[in-house]
Amino acid sequence: MLTSKTFVKKTKKGNVLKVVREHYLRDDVHCGVRDCSLCKDCPDGPSLDPSPLTHSTLCQYPHFLLPDTNICLHQIDFLEDPSVHNVILTQVVLQEVRNINPGIHRRLRDIVSNKARKFYVFSNEHHKEAYVERRENEGANDRNDRAIRACCQWYNIHLAKGLETTPPPRVILLTNDRENKRRASAAGIESYTVLEYVQSLTVSSHLLDRLATIADGEDSDKSSTRKKVYFPEHLALSVIQRGLKTGKYLQGAFRGSRENYLEGFVSIPSLEKWVLVQGLENMNRAVHDDVVAVELFPESSWTSPCGIIEADLTSNKEEEETDTAQLPAGKTSDPSLVQPTGKVVGIIKRNWRPYCGTLLPLQDMKGFRHTFVPAERRIPRIRIETRQGPNLLGKRIMVSIDAWSRLARFPSGHFVKELGPIGDRETENEVLLLEHDVPHLPFSPAVLKDLPQTPWVITDEEISKRLDLRHLSICSVDPPGCTDIDDALHYRELDNGNVEVGVHIADVSHFIRPKTALDEEASNRGTTVYLAEKRIDMVPELLSSNLCSLRSGEERLAFSVLWEMSPDDAHIVSTRFVKTVIESKESLTYAEAQMKIDDKSLRDDVTTSLRGLNSLAKILKGRRLEAGALTLASPEIRFEIDSETHDPIDLINKELKETNSLVEEFMLLANVSVAEAIYEAFPDCALLRRHPPPPTSNYDILLKAAKGKGFDLIVDSAKSLADSLEMARIPDNEYFNTLLRIMATRCMMQAVYFCSGSITYKEYHHYGLAAPIYTHFTSPIRRYSDIIVHRLLAVSIDSDVTYPLLLDKHHTQQLSNHLNHRHKMAQYAQRSSVSLHTHLFFKEKDKVEDGFVLLVRRNAIQVIIPAYGIEGSIFFDEHGQSALQYDESLLSLTVSGTKFCLFDKVVVRIAVEKKDLQTSKLALCLVSPVISGSNGVESLKAKKKKHK
Amino acid sequence: MADFEYLSPEGLRSDGRRPQELRVLSCNISHCLQADGSAYLQQGNTRVIATVYGPHDVSRRSEAQHDKAFINCQFSMATFSTSERKKRPTGDKSCLETSLALKKTFEAAILTDTYPHSKIDIFVQILQSDGSDKAVSINAITMALIDAGIPMKDYVCATSVTLINDTPIVDLNYFEERGPGPELIVGTLPKSGKIVFLQVNSRLHIDNMEKVLKEGMNGNQRVHTILDTLIKKHLEKSILT
Repeated sequence: MLTSKTFVKKTKKGNVLKVVREHYLRDDVHCGVRDCSLCKDCPDGPSLDPSPLTHSTLCQYPHFLLPDTNICLHQIDFLEDPSVHNVILTQVVLQEVRNINPGIHRRLRDIVSNKARKFYVFSNEHHKEAYVERRENEGANDRNDRAIRACCQWYNIHLAKGLETTPPPRVILLTNDRENKRRASAAGIESYTVLEYVQSLTVSSHLLDRLATIADGEDSDKSSTRKKVYFPEHLALSVIQRGLKTGKYLQGAFRGSRENYLEGFVSIPSLEKWVLVQGLENMNRAVHDDVVAVELFPESSWTSPCGIIEADLTSNKEEEETDTAQLPAGKTSDPSLVQPTGKVVGIIKRNWRPYCGTLLPLQDMKGFRHTFVPAERRIPRIRIETRQGPNLLGKRIMVSIDAWSRLARFPSGHFVKELGPIGDRETENEVLLLEHDVPHLPFSPAVLKDLPQTPWVITDEEISKRLDLRHLSICSVDPPGCTDIDDALHYRELDNGNVEVGVHIADVSHFIRPKTALDEEASNRGTTVYLAEKRIDMVPELLSSNLCSLRSGEERLAFSVLWEMSPDDAHIVSTRFVKTVIESKESLTYAEAQMKIDDKSLRDDVTTSLRGLNSLAKILKGRRLEAGALTLASPEIRFEIDSETHDPIDLINKELKETNSLVEEFMLLANVSVAEAIYEAFPDCALLRRHPPPPTSNYDILLKAAKGKGFDLIVDSAKSLADSLEMARIPDNEYFNTLLRIMATRCMMQAVYFCSGSITYKEYHHYGLAAPIYTHFTSPIRRYSDIIVHRLLAVSIDSDVTYPLLLDKHHTQQLSNHLNHRHKMAQYAQRSSVSLHTHLFFKEKDKVEDGFVLLVRRNAIQVIIPAYGIEGSIFFDEHGQSALQYDESLLSLTVSGTKFCLFDKVVVRIAVEKKDLQTSKLALCLVSPVISGSNGVESLKAKKKKHK
Repeated sequence: MADFEYLSPEGLRSDGRRPQELRVLSCNISHCLQADGSAYLQQGNTRVIATVYGPHDVSRRSEAQHDKAFINCQFSMATFSTSERKKRPTGDKSCLETSLALKKTFEAAILTDTYPHSKIDIFVQILQSDGSDKAVSINAITMALIDAGIPMKDYVCATSVTLINDTPIVDLNYFEERGPGPELIVGTLPKSGKIVFLQVNSRLHIDNMEKVLKEGMNGNQRVHTILDTLIKKHLEKSILT
């Protein structure tokens, strides 16, 4: 059954090694066609029809499609279309796709696993007859192409012999490569380009739009003589790799600038500062999120970001005119602002995804060619071809990039799907969820099957395994309207004079067992996403708002942390973790809890508990601040949502009460205690959370801003920063300190999850909380990390058993990376949702409010409006006004004699500005100090003129 | 290489085998006439030479045991056996450890009480290493011992097993051995199913232990069948000549 083939391979691992691997060829690889008389024993059952239906006029006999690698890579949207059936994917193609683009490989695998799609993977590399060996002087690509053709030939012969249907189905090779096609027809294989094939289909004409427009290699060569070349060529990957080794080039992720389309940054792990890339030519077709290679310029020509806020307004039509938009060269006098500067020399990996956005309205929407404007500002416009132009105007659509040739100012792409009308709340929500990669589909039946049966009661057996705390007066304190209550507290005095404090967390890991579909789904979602008017749950509602939620008056399972503390100095005498049954006596809101504490007449159990907790919390907080924990600020707003129309009716700035900090202190304490416990039990595979200290250069802008007002901030440590922030107060501007804290927050790094075995103990430090070790334990209903921590802790107290993946260090680290991604995206989605609702809120309104200058740019100031927590830019145009004077050292901008400094108070009008159906945006106009023609609308118009 | 596909969804390993398939096993018995028993065994690209001397007189007094034979085992790897040239063929820590483990294994399998006051020398050398070195060594030594005519309870057969995506895969090559899964090497006496050698490298969760061990034992049964036919063929041939 086995034939052995040995081949020799050389790999580079510092030095050249000879690698010998066996390669077995088999005679039991199934062809995948049902009813085949020659093949036996297909592991998953054959998936291809013996006589597939045909809708093509080109090949009117039954046939299977066999796409080559480039078709899979570029036309994945075509393959994903449900009307495409009976496709053979060869192993060689899948391997190539996997090496080039793992994302597409995953999508292909998803199609294959869907049985209804009738895709089959043919393991040709291990098939005795279909295997081809690389010839001498044959390139790897040529060999693979030949392997694909060999598969076609083998199939045609095999099907003719093995199937009784007449005529036997044939295999059609789909390839856009001319050479491959020529050789295929020479070998008697029918081959078509995708375009030819799709055009010949009598049904599903919508497929044409889903096709990527890939310029044929030869076409672009011919036209290069007459067309303008916009970009220098990318270096070959081998050249880049050599350059990376010698240090000539650096590898990093490309980050487009939100403020200026002509600028981008490359974050390189080895450099503290990001590398600045200025100008389209230097950016050289890099798109946000791509992994690129950059070459640094000599230090003498390093510069700083130009500080001009500019959106890409060049439309399709203007392309012929050269885009001469030049950036003012970094005329910086301040050497501290200079950043490493360089240019992109090659793309190591594209990270293109489907983008949401709109079509740019043209006079003639009936044409094929359109320009797509992505919702994400960091993505360039995309040219697409579609026949549905008039239909898609005013709709949100999704588009994928196919390629970006040197001869095009914009990348070209193709239409994927339509999402809905612009401005519609549902559509806009969908857009922001898609843009942030938030899984938001309803839970699948397989997941719902894992839920407990209702009505659900706690069995006596379960109670016997747990500590019964139902008699204690436990209460929960949450924001108003909260239905997923995952924490509750209690406080009682002990006989020995100490007090017992308990934090009770919903025992979600009791319901979500490892290796179930429910667990997988929760782990994939990673976190619950709170949008302004709805919540995208991580676990189904039955759990999140009912069985796990620690509602008052109901018996619930909990995982509790019980401390014995001395009441005077909150010293922890002992800590205990235990699974419990509790019954919350009251679910309070922060305001209600505060009222209870303040109301001297109340003397009930819950109130005295709250008072006791409150006094302990103050001590804890004091101790934490003493250790150097930071109190940071970010504007947070909440919407009052109309229950009928779901429109926001009011904006409320979130108010922080004493009780907020009460709950927070005990949650922090619980998290720290749990982190210590799981680290002790699982030094290698505990899931912890750390917050790295920011590099000092991050603080530059904050330091400069504070200096402008005469304060010196000290940033050597969290403690000194906290202290100096506390000192920096201006008597007549109360908001100044908050502004500073907002700015400080933006200097911080992201806190991340990690696996304890992956780094050293010293790096576990949580900078913001000044804790040496920290994790998340207290919100398992809305965070998956907490579920893992619950499981680890449960094992360490012997109340649960482990399972393989829980103790797998690599898996835990992978999971942490995944959760970090989800959390970041969830935050962005929440922010977008807030801005979407702010937008809706101001739709019919026109408000004048106080604001403060948060940032000063060369041509604009960024203003924050504390009342609504909105931020926006106000542009000034150089035309029609006396020149703008920007002072870098003071961070001030002088417009027609009026000087704007950081933290200055301004009065602005907020209104939604609507130019046409497609674009409407929230605009800020300066009311005081008065400067003529300074509102956003006019400045934008003026800029357009400048371009023409 | 963390996400390399060690086992494709189609159920083929990177070298084309199915999860439970062994590599091609062949053996040349009595190739070394100098020794009392010898075997050259190859399992895929792992090639091993085992030679057995004895039972003979003990070379040092201290080695003599009044009730059983003393077994000396020396495991070494040829300098050219791996893709990077090895500095020393024998005497490093891992070789010593392996020698000791092999010694214990065969003390359990050989009927040592048949030869009191004597010594049996076992030398095993890896000529080419492509994973499962220890398992293949055990199989080779078994063949050499049989060739030497030393009485044993049963064949000692060994295989290595790892776990990829919850599927146990058997008889690892070098590439799979270096992969992310835990490696379990089990040596058994196939007829009684008794375990005489067991080694686990890196963490293997207790829940998976049974599954992996069972697959290893199954693998040993298959190794046993092959070795048995090879011995019988060898005997037929030597009787006929």
